[in-house]
Parts: sequence; C-alpha cells; structure tokens
Amino acid sequence: MHMADALISPAVGGTMWVISGGLIAFSAKKVREEADDRKIPLMGVLGAFIFAAQMLNFSIPGTGSSGHLGGGMILAILLGPWSAFLVMASVLAVQALFFADGGLLALGCNIFNLGFFTCFLAYPFIYKQIAGNSAGKKRILLGATLAGILGLQFGAFGVVLETVFSGISELPFRTFILMMQPIHLGIGVVEGLVTSSVVMFVMKVRPEILTAVVEKAPIGVSIKKTALSLAAAAVFTGAALSWFASADPDGLEWAMLRTSGKEKLESNGKVHGFLASLQEKTAFLPDYGFKKSIAEPGVAIKEGEQEGGAGPGAEATWPAVDPGTSTAGLVGGFITLLAVAVTGFALKRRKIAA
Amino acid sequence: MTIGRNLVDIGYMDTLASGDSPLHRLDARAKIFTTFLLIIAVVSFDKYVVSALAPFFLYPVFLVVVGGLPSGYIARKVLLVAPFAVLVGVFNPFLDRQVLFHLGAAGVTGGWVSFASILARFALTVSAALALFSITGINSLCEALARSGVPRPFVVQLLFLNRYLFVLTGEAERISRARALRSCGGTKMGLRVFTQIVGHLLLRTLDRAERVYRAMRCRGFDGHIRIVKSSGIGRPEIVFMLGWAVLFAIFRFVNVSLVLGEAVEGFIR
Repeated sequence: MHMADALISPAVGGTMWVISGGLIAFSAKKVREEADDRKIPLMGVLGAFIFAAQMLNFSIPGTGSSGHLGGGMILAILLGPWSAFLVMASVLAVQALFFADGGLLALGCNIFNLGFFTCFLAYPFIYKQIAGNSAGKKRILLGATLAGILGLQFGAFGVVLETVFSGISELPFRTFILMMQPIHLGIGVVEGLVTSSVVMFVMKVRPEILTAVVEKAPIGVSIKKTALSLAAAAVFTGAALSWFASADPDGLEWAMLRTSGKEKLESNGKVHGFLASLQEKTAFLPDYGFKKSIAEPGVAIKEGEQEGGAGPGAEATWPAVDPGTSTAGLVGGFITLLAVAVTGFALKRRKIAA
Repeated sequence: MTIGRNLVDIGYMDTLASGDSPLHRLDARAKIFTTFLLIIAVVSFDKYVVSALAPFFLYPVFLVVVGGLPSGYIARKVLLVAPFAVLVGVFNPFLDRQVLFHLGAAGVTGGWVSFASILARFALTVSAALALFSITGINSLCEALARSGVPRPFVVQLLFLNRYLFVLTGEAERISRARALRSCGGTKMGLRVFTQIVGHLLLRTLDRAERVYRAMRCRGFDGHIRIVKSSGIGRPEIVFMLGWAVLFAIFRFVNVSLVLGEAVEGFIR
C-alpha cells in the first residue's frame, strides 16, 4: 500500500513531506536526548532486519496467498516509538530509493501512513496499554492484534484520504474506502498474529531481551505479499462490480448537475466546472468553433480536454468534435517522445565518440 | 531465489553509483533538487494531461545516457515496481466514462485519458528517481542530506541501514535456503516455521548489534558519526540546476507536444 508519485498532487505530497519531516526531526531530537550510544548500531541493524524479514514469506492457510512481516510494531516494541519511527522512515526511504517503491514525493505520505500510526498511535495507546508490562501470552496476542489492526486501518485510511484529496484517481471516496479498509483488516489481523508470535518466540527463547526492552516499547508486524494479492483480488472484484455500478452513479451525477447545478464535488471540480460552462456556451452558440477555443491563449488546456466533460445527456447533442484538435496532442506527443529518444541516441553517440 | 536476486539487484545499483561521469561528479544536492523539480512539475499537471508530459522524458533519458546507465535495466525496474499506481489507476476507465474526444469513430473517455496520464506520471517519476539514485549512490546522498540540514540521527540511520542491508538479507537468504534444503522441495513456509525463522533472525540481529557496538567502541566511537564531505556547489551544479529548471518551466507552461503536433498537422494540410 505504498503511495505512488503518480497518484498524488504536489499539495498533498508537499504537506505530507512537511509533516513527516517534522516528525523525523522531532524523533531525531528525542533519540539524541536519550543519548544511548548503543542504540545507534542497534537501530541500524534492526532496520536491516526488517528489510531482510520482509523478504521471507509464509503461506496463509486457506487463501493461497502469503504474508510477511511489516515490522513497525516489532520495532516499536524493541526500540520505543521515537527510534522505531526513525527506523521505519529509513526503511521506507531505502525502499523508495533502491526499488522506487512508492516514490520520492510520496515518501512523506508513506512514512506517515506506515510509521506514524503504528509508532505513535497503535503502539502507545493499544499495545502498551494491553501488553505493556505483563508478559501474558494472551495479552501480547490481543495487544499486538488490536494494534496491528488499528495501525493498518489508519494507514489504509491515510492512503484513501491522500488519494482522494489529490484527485488523480477517479476512485470515489466511498468505493475506495470500502475496498481498502476490509483488506487491511485482514492484513492487520495477520500482522498482529505474526508480531505476537515472534514476540512470544523471543520471550520463550531469550526472555531477558524482552524484559530489557519491553519496559520501554512493544513489537509489530505487517504483510506485503498478502496485501498485494488481496489488493489484486479486490481490484478484479472492484473492477467487475464498478463496471456494472458506474452506470447508475453517472446518472445520479447527471441528475445532480441538473437539479443543483453542481457536478460531483470530489476530485474533478475545476475541469468539470470549466467543461460545464463550456457545455452551456455550446448549447447557446451551436456554431462555436472548438478550434478557436483551443487557440485562446488564456485557456491552458490539453488535448481533448475542451471537448471533454460532455455529460451523459450532452453526448448526443455534441458529437461535433473536430478530430484535428484531438489528434494534435497525440501526434505531438509521439513526435516529442521520438525527439527525446533521438536526443538520447545522439548524446550516447557523442559520448562514445568522445 | 528471490532474496538472492534482490541482493544482486541492490548491489548492482551500488556498482552503478560508483561509476564515473560528469553526472556522477555533480554534487548530490543539485541532482536531488533537480529531480524534485521534475517530480513536482509532472505531478502538478491536471489529471487529463498526457501529451504535455512527453517532453519531460528528456530528463530521465539524459540522466541514463550521460550517466552511462544501462537503459534496459532501468526500464525493467520501472516495469517491475509500484503495482499500486497501476492498480488504483486502472479503475479510472471504469469510473470516468464521459467521452472526452473522438479518435476516428471511437470515443475516448476521460477515464482512459487520466489512466494514460497516471501511467506517464508513473514512468516519469519512477525512472527519474531510479536514475537519480543510480548516478548518486547512498553515500553521496546521505552526505547531501546531512549538509542540507536533515537531522543527523536519521542520516546515520540510513547509512547503517544500507551497510547492514546486505549482511542481514544474506543471512535471511542462508537461513531460508537451509530450510528449503531440509524440507524436501517444499517451497511454502507455514506461520510456525516462519515465526521461528524470523525470531532466530531477530536474535542474531540483536547479537550482531551488540558486537557492532563493541567493535565501534574499540575503535574509539564517541557517539558521533563523522561523514566525509567531498564536493560542493560550483559552476557545473548551478548550470545543471538552472538549465533544467528553465526547461521544466517551459515544458510545464507550454505544451510542446501540442504545438509540435499542430505544426506538423498544419504542414501536412
């Protein structure tokens, strides 16, 4: 559930960068105040452990899918929230850099979604309250599972909010949230189970480790492959369902437009407002030349946009699209890409020659 | 074995970063700054924009070619990663079914246009980020972060993480290979075994942290990690940043593709 650059707007990405950056700075300050030399290598090596552990998968019985450790909660249990947040942020940063998992602009979102909720909400308010000082198996299981669920529910909710606020994806808030939250409920349960079983394993084999660190913090686990397979399943179901479902909402939106004069509120307000006004104009001025409107310097629009937004009702009355204008963007795009490729080859040849 | 492949893969990026080219020699801050400019310019477009994104590909292509990076490798990595963007974007054609324009007889809906836009953004941002990292490397990157005021504990954490990434993934790989060899070809791991393996890995990790700490103390570690400073912002950096900033501004506010396309179509007519 890593957010991607392609799905976010600069405002959302920038805001989340500022928030996550602030949290990193604050956590770093806290860690420095602790002044525990021993923690420096411990944090580094545990970050690498999370990385390595995420590469190990286990099969989830009955589903054919597999899961892996998320790690945020384990880190929090072993290191405390401040250090755990720094380690989580570093793991996500390395994933973004090495694997381009997520993206550079979306890194702020990802650090917040996967680090903040687990380290600063689920750990202190759920796990620590339930399993804090007691070593009971039931309490660890309960605490880790609830914390895993809560952390992932909030994380998934963060993804939904960031996506919807960015307005790049068409997924409406309700559909997306109905898709994300149940999936992450399952992931949260599995994460909690794995976390608690790893904690209990350590407790059994080397109890002194936990008694040494548990006073300060608790543990957590998450699952990537399950998430992916479940997400894929959800997409297919969702896509199949939305295919049938979307006819109605379209009609509803159209009705809304007629009754209230407002298009759907979320995500595409600007374009739709512009298109709606264009639509009105076209109704009054049937001879309005589209080409002319494209040429208008003040209108910063892209290929096809000006013809777009024809509501379901308007389609029939507005087929007079000049194919020339809609292809200009396509043709130009391909030419530009070609030019970029040629430049690349030219640079390469020059380099070889040099 | 996927773990092994991942390791080789990470190692290969390190190898690429240790190469030598004018781009490798640039101060990392200039490259980070410029790449962020590109990403912000790209994602600030309206969601129905496709063709105006095309000129921006000049930047990743430039990094790949001048930086001497293997283009096939970068392209493969772009294809491999981030199914999330594609998974979320794939809904657009189903949800936004208003016809934006007609191509011949076929109507192209807004959903397809915005999906194409998501794919283009994805390719641009991911390839730029990968190329940036492949010509910079973690050490220069961390140095740049430290010099840009990123809190030290975080920078040190990144350096440590990178250092032990290989050690611990290697360890995880050996453990999981040992298990595979003893499980008669059984490839799937149950939760029980998984827990024990991860648990043991965790124990070894904690022991290792202790050994590393002692080794550091033996070598005079005083709680402060020193980061070597090499390059600085000079003329090449300023030329690089300014040049690309100007280009990005042009690409952002003038739809080069559309202008070109109209010119070509006008010429044909």
